[in-house]
Amino acid sequence: MEKKKPKNVFRQGAISSQFIGDSIAKHQTKTSIGAHNIFLGQVRADEIDGKTITAIDYTAYEEMANLKFHEIREATFEKYDLTCMHIYHSLGKVSAGEICLFVFVSSPRRKVVFEALEYVVEAIKADVPVFGKEIFEDQTHQWKQNS
Amino acid sequence: MQLTIKYFGMLAETTKVSEEKLHTDTCTVAQLVEKLKQQYPKLNDTDFKIAIDQQLVGLNHNISTEAEVALLPPFAGG
Repeated sequence: MEKKKPKNVFRQGAISSQFIGDSIAKHQTKTSIGAHNIFLGQVRADEIDGKTITAIDYTAYEEMANLKFHEIREATFEKYDLTCMHIYHSLGKVSAGEICLFVFVSSPRRKVVFEALEYVVEAIKADVPVFGKEIFEDQTHQWKQNS
Repeated sequence: MQLTIKYFGMLAETTKVSEEKLHTDTCTVAQLVEKLKQQYPKLNDTDFKIAIDQQLVGLNHNISTEAEVALLPPFAGG
């Protein structure tokens, strides 16, 4: 089991496919792993009252959010037999079609990573103080709310 | 005592403030929220949670020492 101090989960802007690819590549040396599972949250171009969302501008109560991410991480390691886990969340503007959340869990066995990933993502949605301003094409906005 | 009040997301937009200091006597969270709503009536229009020193607290929680109080609108991570 891996225990670490709270670290900064946030990245400025979208999470690039290059970053995600590099992150996968870094695990080639961890040969006890038999299964990875990855969640990528992508900004959706929802249409609301005839207007289309072009981007989400993310802000957060960063100190508390990083604490919450840490708690989620610790709870997940308690619950599941994971080799490692990585979480990255965007801050600032992320355009529709770009990635704003990257969760990566790895384990010797596949069944664990399916369950663990869902647990982590649902906990992030429910418990972490991140706020999203949904910006429309005409530059008006509304505030996103997780359901 | 002095509290640091932080507003996030739509609440910062509503109050036009992201952080301010407030002097108050010992009070409950409910009493503090009432005070803030008088100052910013638009806070009545939004649901929010309160965190004290980065921990969510209920309305009955007592605030008796200097603290950071955060008003958190609905979460939207991911």
